[in-house]
Amino acid sequence: MRPPIVSIDGVTKRFGETAAVDQVSIDIQANEFFALLGPSGCGKTTLLRMLAGFETPNEGRILIDGDDMTRVPPNRRPVNMVFQSYAVFPHMTVEANVAYGLKVEGIGGAELRRRVDEALAMVRLENFRARKPDQLSGGQRQRVALARALIKRPKVLLLDEPLSALDKKLREQMQLELVRLQHEVGITFVMVTHDQEEALSMANRIAVMDHGRVLQIADPRTLYEHPTHRFVAEFIGTVNSLDVEVRSVDGPHARIRHPLLGEITVERAAPDVERGVVVARPEKLRLDFSAPPVDGEILLDAVVEQIAYYGDLSFVFVRCPDGTALQISRYNVNRQDKGDPAAGSLCRVGIHPDDLLLVGTG
Amino acid sequence: MQSWRESPGVVVVLLAPAVLWLLLFFLIPLGFIWVISFGERAGPVAIDITWTLANYRDAIDPLYLGLFTRSLRIAAISTVIALVIAFPVAFAITFASPRLKPILLLLVILPFFTNMLIRTYAMIAVLRRNGYVNFSLEQLWEAGAFALQPFGLAGMLGERFVPLDLLYNNTAVVFGIVYVYLPFMVLPLYASLERLDRSLLEASLDLGASQFRTFFFVTVPLAVPGIVSGIMLVFIPAMGTFLISDLLGGPSSQLIGNVIERQFKAANNWPLGAAMSFLLLYLTFVLLVLRAWFEKRDRGRG
Repeated sequence: MRPPIVSIDGVTKRFGETAAVDQVSIDIQANEFFALLGPSGCGKTTLLRMLAGFETPNEGRILIDGDDMTRVPPNRRPVNMVFQSYAVFPHMTVEANVAYGLKVEGIGGAELRRRVDEALAMVRLENFRARKPDQLSGGQRQRVALARALIKRPKVLLLDEPLSALDKKLREQMQLELVRLQHEVGITFVMVTHDQEEALSMANRIAVMDHGRVLQIADPRTLYEHPTHRFVAEFIGTVNSLDVEVRSVDGPHARIRHPLLGEITVERAAPDVERGVVVARPEKLRLDFSAPPVDGEILLDAVVEQIAYYGDLSFVFVRCPDGTALQISRYNVNRQDKGDPAAGSLCRVGIHPDDLLLVGTG
Repeated sequence: MQSWRESPGVVVVLLAPAVLWLLLFFLIPLGFIWVISFGERAGPVAIDITWTLANYRDAIDPLYLGLFTRSLRIAAISTVIALVIAFPVAFAITFASPRLKPILLLLVILPFFTNMLIRTYAMIAVLRRNGYVNFSLEQLWEAGAFALQPFGLAGMLGERFVPLDLLYNNTAVVFGIVYVYLPFMVLPLYASLERLDRSLLEASLDLGASQFRTFFFVTVPLAVPGIVSGIMLVFIPAMGTFLISDLLGGPSSQLIGNVIERQFKAANNWPLGAAMSFLLLYLTFVLLVLRAWFEKRDRGRG
């Protein structure tokens, strides 16, 4: 394997007493679209700012393409950033904004013109070059910020919540656009986001952070289907969490006990998980019994409490006799569908032990 | 809660005291002066309003025009010096810690707690021949002479200390204007730097620009509204000052303000003084129009 393009090695950043980033180590490979995901205040932005050079770690090292950048000022790092507010210079035209980083390097004349044209074409702003930022929409301003950073041909492009200021439709459009751009330019992207859907749909790999620590680094599918921590399971998507008693552990499996499920064998998220909760995704539970029952499925009696209808799918909230609340999602696959059960009606919920996972609570 | 905003009566009531005050004690007296500028002296106190333009003709006499250009020059030099001193100060306050910031701002406005006349007199104590600048220089001279004595070089510094003439010249007037009006430069600069989005400065550094380049290509252009306001707030009163030039200036430091003052007092020529005042006021209007133009352009930038 090639050496990582970004190597974060035991980095800690303290503001006063609190550690905003606590002993974080991440290796990011060249050409990856990497996401730092977590709730606000988890340290993801501080980590990104340390990559850019706006903050200096108290401990640890940051290597970019093999060079120690820990104490190198931002203007001498081979990385560029797209700011959350875009930070497009309001007193310069689109063209001057895009050209700024090259003029700083002393590039001028024909090469400057060619590369500015190229960068503007890449973000489809050729017809806006003479405009001032206040004559642009939010999405266009963001494209200026992107072109301005990419024109420098950085080794790594840093994106701080790049889509948070856009409305929903535009955000979805820009998600695709950013992924397309990343393929096109072949530059490593490191994106900070608090939006799990954004991270899942855009990134190749995601680091989930909480309270300054990295809990899990994995590809989107692994994060969703094999979370190692309760926090990760609950932060990414929706999940049913059940407190269980662990009877014994054996390699990748654990024998657990729960009043509803009885004593069953489930998968363990990691070898060090010896206590914790069992999680199940709402779409893995079954409410429709039109299909034949699956072998080994556990059936639970429940009462439908509430239904949330989203069009393409519905969330059904049920409660079991012992008080356990569960949510089940079901796709409204065809128009002849009879629809969701009525609130207050009795139903049965099917759970297969293969869809359960024992995760740590730490 | 919102409804009172929609009532036009509320605005009228809220503004009435200030508008009335300005009308009675500013606009109407100003109107009198304007009318007097077209009058002729008819006795020790009597003035006939004949709508003559003679006062304006007298006011642009080469003698007064020379004083006017000197005032312009001294005001301009003072304004530039104030800007150069105030910018780093404003910059430092902007980036000071939240705890230090109010203290620094208080220090900037602290001189306002003292009457300007007293502050200007205090400057005399500082700058005069036996004032403490010269006193300090003398101490330095003596220390230097003592240190050089063993080498037989004591004569190098001259026979004895000659105090510098720091007072009663144009430099002292410039010094006085900068000293008195510096807060008027610092505060608008601070206000516009404070509004500046920090991420713009970070973006500039991120794109490879040095701190130096960032300052001149991002910070300064975006502080232009503050710079323009500061220049106005220092230049306009500096043009009209007579107290500072009277106390700190010498015979060749008379400014247009001194001439106007003398017309109203010693010379008892109100019509001429009024005409001169209005010429100065028209110049101020031109500057204000320029500032409005700058602001309009900056709003265009968002």
